[in-house]
Amino acid sequence: MTVELVVIGGSWGGFDALCALLSPLPAHSEVPFVVALHRSAKTQDGTLEHMLADCVGLEVVTVEDKTPLRPGCVHLAPADYHLLIEDGSLALSTDALVQYSRPSIDVLFDSAAEEYAAGVVGILLTGANSDGAAGISRIKLRGGLTMAQDPASATKSAMPQAAIDTGHVDWVGPVPMLARRLATLIGVEVTR
Amino acid sequence: MRVPREDLEIDLLLEAVYREYGFDFRQYARASIRRRLWKRVYAENIATISGLQELVLHDSSCMERLLLDLSINVTSMFRDPSFFASFRANVVPALRTYPFIRIWNAGCSTGEETFSLAILLSEVGLYERTRIYATDINESVLRQAASGLFPLAKMREYTENYLAAGGSRSFSEYYVSRYDGAQFDRSLTDNMVFAQHNLVSDRSFNEFHVIICRNVMIYFDKQLQERVYTLFSDSLAHLGVLALGRKESINYTAQSHRFEALDQQEKLYRKLR
Repeated sequence: MTVELVVIGGSWGGFDALCALLSPLPAHSEVPFVVALHRSAKTQDGTLEHMLADCVGLEVVTVEDKTPLRPGCVHLAPADYHLLIEDGSLALSTDALVQYSRPSIDVLFDSAAEEYAAGVVGILLTGANSDGAAGISRIKLRGGLTMAQDPASATKSAMPQAAIDTGHVDWVGPVPMLARRLATLIGVEVTR
Repeated sequence: MRVPREDLEIDLLLEAVYREYGFDFRQYARASIRRRLWKRVYAENIATISGLQELVLHDSSCMERLLLDLSINVTSMFRDPSFFASFRANVVPALRTYPFIRIWNAGCSTGEETFSLAILLSEVGLYERTRIYATDINESVLRQAASGLFPLAKMREYTENYLAAGGSRSFSEYYVSRYDGAQFDRSLTDNMVFAQHNLVSDRSFNEFHVIICRNVMIYFDKQLQERVYTLFSDSLAHLGVLALGRKESINYTAQSHRFEALDQQEKLYRKLR
């Protein structure tokens, strides 16, 4: 498969898992990464972006409405907005919470599957609710490839477990293994 | 790579809604409208967007329900408290120099933002000489806004936001608790004018010192956004202020050269030409 887009979701403990997933990747890649991490609506703008930029080699960009997707960059959903993929750009919404969350991982994954179909890799990390499970199913049913963090290795197992229970997760493993799989899929060498 | 048939169904439904009812959602951002349409499809217990088109064309009550789904923007009082703090610091001083202040709150939805503004302006002593024109495409949300009645369950969150925004009184002074909600003070609605206005098709109706349109244009495609930015530029007085949502930006639009940033972070822009 040709990977055109990588979408990642995480909740409780998700930031550390995200760093562990992306930090082994080299600074350059042909594929854009889009991430929905549950976070407080009150998070100061840019805090998470700066923290992430400190731990990964890839460029972390600030997302606004209609920001074009950039290859090799990490696009992080802003606090208190849903993030959707649309015409190669990012679109925002303040619609009601989905799965008690905004940003919702389901909303992101669903729109990614819609737009990029079999070109999507969806990765669900640690978390304490079931957001993302429906999105993982959608990605799989549209021909994309899905991964979930091994629940035993996750800070909170509920979220990856809910995805695995749908029967639509292709690969399950600890984050370092998912990172190596991802690197192979997008045609880069892990740096450490 | 979209599902081409679904794309076609959405095009046809939006065209049908426009031609039969005059509501033009054809240039709304596709990803969000698609979610909202599917939500209505499930709620009506049907299977496809084409099925929704049939229902909407033959049953105007279904159109009313769809209109609510498509046009309501979820909001809250003093959403983004730092925005209101910046408004107080960066916009209010200029407003003091005007004998009479006209503000357009475009896409006001159920009025949470309109009331937040009225409260802020009354605390800085400007509300008596202000008129807020609150507009929305949807008349039923305007009626709701004009009632000044908001859910009691939200008051705790709004109180926190109000304090974080620099509110100088006790938030509970602004409303009385009734069995069906928090009834806000009538003096706040005195200087509000509610009117139906469609950003997609309607023209400017006055010259304003401030236009506030937050998290409304995120639902529009780029072309429609350009139209609305032009409408706003043409509707602002010299040195008038345009306020956008915290993840919206006038940069990279054709109107950007007419503005300078008052506060880039909080998306407050001042019209220069």
